[in-house]
Amino acid sequence: MISPDPADLTPVSGAATDVAPLGRAGDKPSHERTGVDEMGLADWDAIAATREFKELLRSKARFIVPATIFFVLYYFALPVLVGYAPELMARKVWGNLNIAYVFALSQFFMAWALAIIYVGVAMGWDRRAEAILARFGKKSGQ
Amino acid sequence: MTPALGMFLAFVAFTLVITYFSARKTSGASSYFAAGRRITGWQNGLAVAGDYMSAASFLGISGMIAFSGYDGFMYSVGWLVAYLTVLLIVAEPLRNAGKYTMADVLAYRLSPRPVRAMASLSTLTVSTFYMVAQMVGAGTLVKLLMPGISYEVAVCGVGVLMIVYVVFGGMLATTWVQIIKAILLMSGSIFLSVLVMRQFDYSFTKFFDALGHVTFHTKTGELVTRDFLQPGLKYGAQIGNGYGPLDLISLGLALVFGTAGLPHVLVRFYTVPDAKTARASVVWAMVIIGLFYIMTTFLGFGAATILNPDNIIDALGKSNPNASAPLLAQKLGGEVFFAFISAVAFATILAVVAGLTISASTSFAHDFFTNVIHHGKEQKPGEEVRVARITAFVVGAISIAIAIVLGSGVNVAFLVALAFAVAASANLPVIVLSIFWKRFNTVGACAGLGTGLVSSIVLILISPSVMGIDPETLTTGRHFIQMAPIFPLENPGILSIPLGFLGAIIGTLMTREPSAEARFTELTVRANTGLGAEGASEH
Repeated sequence: MISPDPADLTPVSGAATDVAPLGRAGDKPSHERTGVDEMGLADWDAIAATREFKELLRSKARFIVPATIFFVLYYFALPVLVGYAPELMARKVWGNLNIAYVFALSQFFMAWALAIIYVGVAMGWDRRAEAILARFGKKSGQ
Repeated sequence: MTPALGMFLAFVAFTLVITYFSARKTSGASSYFAAGRRITGWQNGLAVAGDYMSAASFLGISGMIAFSGYDGFMYSVGWLVAYLTVLLIVAEPLRNAGKYTMADVLAYRLSPRPVRAMASLSTLTVSTFYMVAQMVGAGTLVKLLMPGISYEVAVCGVGVLMIVYVVFGGMLATTWVQIIKAILLMSGSIFLSVLVMRQFDYSFTKFFDALGHVTFHTKTGELVTRDFLQPGLKYGAQIGNGYGPLDLISLGLALVFGTAGLPHVLVRFYTVPDAKTARASVVWAMVIIGLFYIMTTFLGFGAATILNPDNIIDALGKSNPNASAPLLAQKLGGEVFFAFISAVAFATILAVVAGLTISASTSFAHDFFTNVIHHGKEQKPGEEVRVARITAFVVGAISIAIAIVLGSGVNVAFLVALAFAVAASANLPVIVLSIFWKRFNTVGACAGLGTGLVSSIVLILISPSVMGIDPETLTTGRHFIQMAPIFPLENPGILSIPLGFLGAIIGTLMTREPSAEARFTELTVRANTGLGAEGASEH
């Protein structure tokens, strides 16, 4: 539990989390266990403090942040250009086919390509996460 | 009996058999709400696609492309790119840290009762508005294609069927209805696209050349020739109030950030065994959804060139963009194919409303009833599932009633815009901030959900979708408020999404909640490793 900085005068709101278990006589099946039941499931702080976990987070951020910025910019370039540079977008590239249609179509391939690259990269993260959990004698989904 | 009715009844009979077998296999909450988490990646991908490609996509986009050319295609692009947000940011952490609803993830760190109550309210709002739009669409479709059946009968029929699927079959039946619908929709669209290209001797050059000069009558009766590949026929800066380009950007924001906050899409990720499968299912869904939206080019442009917008007229003799795809099927494939495409359109609506109903009833039963009212304890075993079944029935009945009261003449496009805007402005900010921001707290979550919800509803109410001055002669599709619109855009996203984030951030900064900060580490470890995530049930 973090105690707030004594110099910080903002009031503390919200109780300590009170997720209660779903009621049932006897042991609950795994799918009905809530946060509080599983508080002691693992030493969360110890896992979070490992070098491997920190590196995993950094590696995810290094991919996800630029990838998100890229697809957001690439996508919004379409409505912006179509709306504010219609002459450019109307330029023909092949027969009657114009830049606007080719650019719109390219969005589909951009989305598929990014998704496939993501899946490839994420498989590496899965292996690293498994390795971290194995050190603590745990498995994903446990 | 018309062939269309026959095919539709065959689909219904088939799905009822599935519901019967699902009901026999369903016992317990995990099985009812999440199909036992045993759906495989490609199955869930198809189901996500079936859940997502609504009648608005199939009939609406084809019609928009047939009448407005390129600008209609812009919708297709946004609807696919949206899945990158789902894939990169939301799907895996949500699957790893949640159980049945998006509120589960918020409740990990935050004070659960207020957060669940607000999240449940926003889920019910999104689902109900989206569902009413689908039901009105269903009723209108019947009038369009089978003049013999009344609007009310069609709405009740769709409503009763969806209640049966959800109340008896739960998530398993819903999933299979969605999978079958996705397969039917894809095969129908592929066949129709091939028939279109046959008209152009399978030559893209001929196809695109024909699009260069489509001659038709505008609404004012003027005969014009337009290049349908040229942007700006609907959202050009010279059209209407001149806000078209900005509206298109605002729509894009709601689509790209709203899909990742749609409750009926998010619940699908709880039906798979783990985050890895959730990821695979998003990719499957993206392939199917992308192929489908590319095919809207053939359906829409095909209708524009082969039929011509002048000839797209419904059973009542009115010009109606929604009739484009079925009429194209009739022209190219004859009566039987027309019947097939019409039945596919019904199946589409059924699958989507079933998905919406189960996400609404899950949220009410799990978040509101069990966790808010009963402090997280079921008072009798199996109570949560029983409440969900009753909720599904009530939600279905309410939607039938609203759809009948609104009537078929009403323009329901704003309901879908509203659903996406609320999802993008209320749900997405709090999901993202609770996963990535340590300082985030209960006050911030409630403020964000509240601001996003209220601002999108208010902005829609004062937008041209609801406000407008119609000529006296117009009898159907009139605006609700006969006044000049205050907010110029039909899509509020460009303003309401920043407001949602702002509400969440300001609310957070006003207070401190040490317990929420303390449990951030746990959430991060869970979200990134899958430790403690709930796996598939044994049976």
